[in-house]
Amino acid sequence: MWFFKTPEIVFGEDALFYLEELRGQRAFVITDAQLRRLGLVRQVEEHLRRAGMEVHVFDMVEPNPTVDLVRIGADVIRAFNPDWIVAVGGGSVIDAAKAIWVLFERPGLDPLAISPMEPLGLRRRARLVAIPTTSGTGSEATWAIVLTDPRARRKLGVGSRENMPDIAIVDPAMAMDLPPRLTADTGMDALSHALEGYVSTWRNPFSDAMCLHAARLIFAYLPRAYRDGARDPEARAHMHLAATMAGIGFGNAMVGLAHSLGHALGARFDIPHGRAVGLFLPYVIEFNARVAADRYAHLLHAIGRPSPNGPEAAFQLSRAVLELLETLEQPQTVAACGIPRDDFEADLPTLVEYALEDPSTLTNPRSPTAEEVERLLLYAYEGKMVDF
Amino acid sequence: MGIPFPSDAWIKALMEEVNRSPGYAEAAKNWEGDFYFVVEPEGPMTKPVVLYMDLWHGRCREAFEVTDESARNPAYRMSAPYSVWKQVIQGKLDPIQALVTGRIKLKGNMVNIMRNVRAAKELVLCCTRVPTDFIA
Repeated sequence: MWFFKTPEIVFGEDALFYLEELRGQRAFVITDAQLRRLGLVRQVEEHLRRAGMEVHVFDMVEPNPTVDLVRIGADVIRAFNPDWIVAVGGGSVIDAAKAIWVLFERPGLDPLAISPMEPLGLRRRARLVAIPTTSGTGSEATWAIVLTDPRARRKLGVGSRENMPDIAIVDPAMAMDLPPRLTADTGMDALSHALEGYVSTWRNPFSDAMCLHAARLIFAYLPRAYRDGARDPEARAHMHLAATMAGIGFGNAMVGLAHSLGHALGARFDIPHGRAVGLFLPYVIEFNARVAADRYAHLLHAIGRPSPNGPEAAFQLSRAVLELLETLEQPQTVAACGIPRDDFEADLPTLVEYALEDPSTLTNPRSPTAEEVERLLLYAYEGKMVDF
Repeated sequence: MGIPFPSDAWIKALMEEVNRSPGYAEAAKNWEGDFYFVVEPEGPMTKPVVLYMDLWHGRCREAFEVTDESARNPAYRMSAPYSVWKQVIQGKLDPIQALVTGRIKLKGNMVNIMRNVRAAKELVLCCTRVPTDFIA
C-alpha cells in the first residue's frame, strides 16, 4: 500500500487570479521581506482583497527557517486567526508556512515532532495555499518541511501527509524575474528531485511519470532560463511546471543521498540548498551505478541521450549533469564552493553523521556505510569520479 | 529449524542479533528508549502477543515476552497485525513505509523517532537475520 498525494494545482499564465475564487474571511500571507519589496506579495494581497478577505502579511521568514521563527509566526497567526494561509516564496517560506500552520492548529506541539506517524488533525481552522516564486523547491506540492537548528548548524526534515498544501498556484509570472544564480541553484534542486525521486527505493509508477517528464523539461529548458531569464518566457514557464512536477515526484517517492549530503554541507557551510544538492548529484549517481543502472538508462533516454546498458548509463548521466552544472556556472566540487580543505576535513565526522542520519539516506538505492559517505564527501571535495 | 514468531525465544534471539550488529550499534549510538512490539491477533493467532525490548545506546539490555502489558511502561509502543510484522521480518515491507501508511501504529516521542530512523532500519535488518518459523 502506498499513496500518491498532490494539492489542487492551478497553473499557467494568470493562475494568480484563482485567489479571487477562494471563500473565507481572513488570509494570513507568509513571505519574506525581499519578495514584499519586489511587489510580488502586493499582487497576492490585491487578489485576496478582491475575494473579500482581510489580509495580514507576515514577512519575517529568512532562508533556512528555524524552529524559533516558526514559533514566532505561530504567535502572530493565532492573534489574526485566519481561515486561509497563503505562502508566497521559495522553499524556506513554504516550509515555514507548513510548520506555522501546524502550530496554529496544534498549539504546544514541538515542530520537530511533526511526523507522518501521528495524525495532526489539520484543516479544522485553516487551509494552505502555496505560491512558489522560484522554480525548484517543489515544496508547493509536497508535505515535507525542512527546518534548521542554528545551534547545531543542522537541517532536520519533518512533515506529515496532512501538511500537503490544499492548493498550489504555479504562475510563471511569479518566477519570471528570478536572478540567474537563483535560477541555477533552484533549477538544480528541481533536477535533483527528479533524478533522485526516479531511483528512490520508494518510487512508484505515478512518481516515475512525474520525475521522468520533469527531468526531460529541466535538461531542455534550464540552460535557456538561466541564460535568457525573462527574455525567454517559454523556458521560464516550462521550468516552473517542471519544478512542481519534480516536487510531486519526489514528494511521493522521497529523495536520496545527494540530498542528505547537500543538507549536511549546506547547514555547516551556509551553501544554498540547490547548489549543495546539485553539486553532489553526479557523485551520488556514480555511487549508485551498480544498483540503479537501468533506472539511469531510462533517464538518459528521456533526456534524448544514448542509453547504454549497465553501470555505464550512470556514468553517462553523471557526465550530463556535470555538463549542465558547467553551463550554469555552478560549482562541481566542494572546493569550488570556497570551503578551505582544513575546515572541510575538520568538519568531516559531523558531515558524515548528519548525512547518515538524514531520512533521505534511507531511500537511496544503495545504502552507504559511514566509511563510504566519508569517501563520497572527499571525492566530491576534489572532483574525483567515484570508483567504489 | 527456526525460532517461532512471536515468542519469548524469538525476541531473545533478536536481542543477540542486535548486540552482534556493528551497524545497529553505530546507527543507534544515541538512542535511549524501550519498546513494546505488539503483534495483533490474526489468522491462527487468537490473542495479542507483546514483546519487550530495552534499547540503550546501540545495545539491547533486556528482551522478553510480556504476559501482562501493564508490567512495564515503555517509551514506545508499536503495534501491527501478525501479517504485517511477518512481511517486515522477511524484508518484504519497508518498516518506515509501514509506519507512514499506518500499517504499523507507533506511540511515543516523535522527536526522537524522527532523528533515529536509521536505527529503526538497522533493527529491522537484525530481525531479518533471525532464523524464524512463522505460524502461518
